[in-house]
Amino acid sequence: MSFTRTLEKLKILADAAKYDVSCSSSGSKRTNTNKGLGDATGMGICHSYTEDGRCVSLLKILLTNHCIFDCAYCVTRKSNDVKRAAFKVQEVVDLTINFYRRNYIEGLFLSSGIFKSADYTMERLVAVAKKLRLEENFNGYIHLKSIPGASDELMREAGLYADRLSVNIEIPTKSGLKLLAPDKNFDDFIKPMNKVKNEIIQYKTEKKIIKSTPKYAPAGQSTQMIVGASGENDFQILKTAEHYYKNYNLKRVYYSGYVPISLDNRLPKIGTEVPMLRENRLYQSDWLTRFYGFQTNEIVNLNHQNLDLDIDPKLSWALRNLHEFPVDVNTADKRMLARIPGVGMKSVAKILMARKYRRLNWDHLKKIGIAFNRAQYFLVCDSNIFERRDLTAEKLKAKILKNSKSKYDKMLSPQLNLFS
Amino acid sequence: MQEKTLIYDGSFDGFLCCVFYVFEYKLKNAKIQNEFVQQNALFSENEKITANKEKADRVWKGLKTKASTISTTKIYYAFLSEQAGVENILLDYITYIFKSNKKVDTDFTNDSVLKTSKIAKNVSREKHRMEAFVRFKLTKDAIYFANIEPDFNVLPLISKHFKSRYADQKWVIYDIKRNYGLYYDLEEVTIMQMEFPKNFDFSKTDKNFFSEEEFEFQTLWQNYFKSTNITERKNMKLHIQHVPKRYWKYLSEKQP
Repeated sequence: MSFTRTLEKLKILADAAKYDVSCSSSGSKRTNTNKGLGDATGMGICHSYTEDGRCVSLLKILLTNHCIFDCAYCVTRKSNDVKRAAFKVQEVVDLTINFYRRNYIEGLFLSSGIFKSADYTMERLVAVAKKLRLEENFNGYIHLKSIPGASDELMREAGLYADRLSVNIEIPTKSGLKLLAPDKNFDDFIKPMNKVKNEIIQYKTEKKIIKSTPKYAPAGQSTQMIVGASGENDFQILKTAEHYYKNYNLKRVYYSGYVPISLDNRLPKIGTEVPMLRENRLYQSDWLTRFYGFQTNEIVNLNHQNLDLDIDPKLSWALRNLHEFPVDVNTADKRMLARIPGVGMKSVAKILMARKYRRLNWDHLKKIGIAFNRAQYFLVCDSNIFERRDLTAEKLKAKILKNSKSKYDKMLSPQLNLFS
Repeated sequence: MQEKTLIYDGSFDGFLCCVFYVFEYKLKNAKIQNEFVQQNALFSENEKITANKEKADRVWKGLKTKASTISTTKIYYAFLSEQAGVENILLDYITYIFKSNKKVDTDFTNDSVLKTSKIAKNVSREKHRMEAFVRFKLTKDAIYFANIEPDFNVLPLISKHFKSRYADQKWVIYDIKRNYGLYYDLEEVTIMQMEFPKNFDFSKTDKNFFSEEEFEFQTLWQNYFKSTNITERKNMKLHIQHVPKRYWKYLSEKQP
């Protein structure tokens, strides 16, 4: 491996891969049984964090940034004037192994620009994973990109070596895709996703009968949508996410605030702020549906198409549904406890355990760690002190905001000034 | 009644033997103190307790019958925090468990239960951080070496993780704060102590000790770390929250 050449390629191909936000390295259950290298059993590990606060868990690179497509939102698009490079299969293997041995990473996240054809590209991604597994005896985490349009045969092979596969939808609406990525065919995204979904189901069924059935993409599939590039609203984004969670059994949908990288007038101008707060609210909503028992329709719907930026989506739901409150912490079921603003799932678990011993009061709840400022208006406990006034949603919101400090205050202040 | 302070050798067995002693003599106001940690308990009577495996096991077994594995693990984790006074919180917790007829180990309305749980959580976070922040450097003798300085004594907790992960390479993880380390020789992990040359700089990579390729991979890693950052999203507050500054000195990607 020529050090200087590899270094140059690494700089180019890591820089081009960084807009893919997926970083998860958990959920694989691949044990090190053969005294080889690596073990992907436990929870994921973030080995470092970049200065933008994002986690570094996998060596995230493109195999090449040569690409035959010209998607407006992508740095690697054909018409963009950037340096191009391509790794050899062996170079990626060496980098992965040596980074892993030093405990820098949990594994490899390999994506690629599309050169020549979908199958030609996918074949090379699979070759890297295969070499790592079969020649290097590597049991760390491997995340491969499913190249839109790749053949079923290649996707089947990919799943045998990779822990996770993903295809990025990027643009949530068909019309947006047509506008920004005219060469791409929507069905080409769906095809590999569908194939992988079916294989996962089939391998799981077979494993129940024949224990030695190999693992197939044990950490499942994920996708990503760009937020703020094509004028879509939160309702469209979250409904699209719901569609993929339900119909393709996705493990995760990632939301990536669009970072302006193009002068193209179809897109936000360079220098436009990255919609990080909106991205954060989308993730909160995603969590509410995945862990808190919310339906997407409760968070966004035709009457409420965009998430509030100044308050979190759970509080926003509560304010629109005041008739559900106050909740009695000592008797309510898990579902309702999880819906109290300021009470997270960890606190819910503690409340459920602790109330077996005695009735809980404010003191107990505060020590358990609920966010009192928000929660106080929405629950009753073993205490005479609680909010008795029938406050309107606007009043409640004002009261809560007055006593809270958001890390996003700076971003919000011009808006708040308008309304105050 | 006069307060009695039980002095033990700092080991977990030693601590459990103090608990044994408290129950054996039905002490009311006992305090437990590590002999290597100075404290001035003025008006108390001291009693030195020697660690005894049998007694310790009896206490531990008894605990297991009255508390879940999660709770007993929390007790061990909290103990490894080495925080001043943690022994007394644990004594309260263990007493509460033994004195109640019902299982009470998850009674989060009780102070000692909640405190133990919180300290255990801190230790668990430090364990997880060490699993993340260990940076091995390849020595000339083909051993992957890493030094750490964790807030809590987490080496016993991370041994298994590294053994199953790096089964095919020799490695050492050395706690320079507590002056002991783990060595894996491709078969087993052993606890050992090392002597380092005077003025040995643990944050640097000395070319007398480390292999040539080590420098190349550090450079590659540092450059990868820079390239994968999105400057438009810079958020140092979040960065520092995830990687507190006290860990920076041994992270190769954070070296200037």
